[in-house]
Amino acid sequence: MGALSWAALSLPAKPPGLAKASLDRLGESGVAHPVTAVLLNYRGYDTLLEVGVLLLALAGAWSLGRGEQPAENPQSRPLLLSLLRVLLPMLLLAAGHLLWIGAFAPGGAFQGGALLGGALVLLILGGLARRALKRERCLRAGLALGVLVFAGIAAVTMALTGGLLQYPPGAGGALILVIETAAMVSIGLALGLLYLGGQPPEGARRSLLATPPDHA
Amino acid sequence: MIWRSFDWFLLLAIVGLGWRSLNDRDLFRAVIQFIAFGLLAAVAWVRLRAPDVALAEAAVGSGLTGALLLSALARMRRREQQAVPPRTEASE
Amino acid sequence: MPDADYRLYLMASAAIFTIGFYSMLTQAHLLRRIMAFNVMGCGVFLLFITLAARAPGPVPDPVPHAMVLTGIVVSVCATGLALALAGRVQTVTGKTELEPGEDAGGRSGAAHHGSSA
Repeated sequence: MGALSWAALSLPAKPPGLAKASLDRLGESGVAHPVTAVLLNYRGYDTLLEVGVLLLALAGAWSLGRGEQPAENPQSRPLLLSLLRVLLPMLLLAAGHLLWIGAFAPGGAFQGGALLGGALVLLILGGLARRALKRERCLRAGLALGVLVFAGIAAVTMALTGGLLQYPPGAGGALILVIETAAMVSIGLALGLLYLGGQPPEGARRSLLATPPDHA
Repeated sequence: MIWRSFDWFLLLAIVGLGWRSLNDRDLFRAVIQFIAFGLLAAVAWVRLRAPDVALAEAAVGSGLTGALLLSALARMRRREQQAVPPRTEASE
Repeated sequence: MPDADYRLYLMASAAIFTIGFYSMLTQAHLLRRIMAFNVMGCGVFLLFITLAARAPGPVPDPVPHAMVLTGIVVSVCATGLALALAGRVQTVTGKTELEPGEDAGGRSGAAHHGSSA
C-alpha cells in the first residue's frame, strides 16, 4: 500500500491532459457536454464495444441456466404495489430526462439506462413482469437494439465520411440522440435482466421439441 | 478548514466501510456496507467535480450492484437450505 | 466549494485498491471475492477521477470521466456474470467457497454431483 501511495503521489502534478483538446472541438461534436462528447463522438467506438460487452455478459449469464423469479403472490405486498404505481412513471420520466439533458449537462444513456434497469428490477420484484419475461423474442430484440442501431449508424457514417463514427458535420447531435435512445433501452433491459441471475424462467415457448404438458 | 475535515471524514469512512464490507462475518451486513460504500464513493465523485460519474455510481455501482448482490445472496441461502436434506439422506 | 486536497484522495485510492486486492486473496467466499473485485475497481476509479480533477484548466478532464463511466457499467456486467457463475458453482459443487489447493470445478464437483443425484 505504501508503494502504491508513493506511485500515486509521484504522478506528475500538471499532466498534459486532454481537457483542452476536447473542449476546443466541443462545438463540432453536436453536444454541449464534454463527457457526452467524449463518450459518443470522439471515442464512440468505446461505447459501442461497451454495449457489446453488456450483451456478452448477459449472454454468458443466460447460458448458465435459467434464473428464478420471486414466487410470492404480489397481492401480499400491497405497499410495494402502491409504491410502484407512483415510482415507475417517475423513473421512466427521469430516465427520459437524463437522456435528453445528457447533451448539455451531466446525464446520458448510462444513467438513464440504470434507472430503467432499476425500474425493471422493481417490476420483477413486484411480480408484474411475468408475462413480459416470457416473451423472450421481444426481450432479445430490445437487447440487440442498442448494438444494432449503433453499428448501423457507424456503418452509414463510415460510408459517408470515411471514418468510424465520424459524423457528418451538423448531424452529430441528432445521431447521438438516436444512438443514446437505443443504447438506453438495451442497457436498461440488460441491467434489469441480470438481476434474474440467468435466462428468464421457462415460459410458453413454442418449440418443436417441447411436449405440451397435457400429453406428458 | 471545514472542507478539509469533510474530506478526511469522507475518505476515512469510505476506506473503513470498504474494509468492513469485505471482512464482516455476516454476509448480509457485508452487502449492506458495500452499498453504503458505493453511496459514499458517489459523494466523493461530486467532491471531485465529476457529477456524471456520481450519478452512474449511485444508480449502477451502488444501487444495481447492491440489488444483484442481495438477490444472489438470497438465492445462495435458498439453495443451501434445499441442498441440506438430500445430502444427509445420501450420507445415511 | 474549494478544491479538494488531491493528495488525500490519491492515498485513499491506493488504500481502497489495497484493501480490495488483499481481501480478494484472503477471502474464500465467492460473494466476498466478487465484492472485493468491485472495491478494487472503485480504487482505480478514484485514482482516475482525482487525476482528472487535478488536471489544469477550468473544468476537469472529461476523458477519464468517460472512461470511468464505461468502467462502472462494465464492472456491473462483470459482477452480474460472476454472480451467475458463482450460483452455478454452488449448484454443481454445493459449496459457496473456494478452498485452497482444491480443484473447485472439476473432479470433486462432478463426484459430488453424481452422489447427490
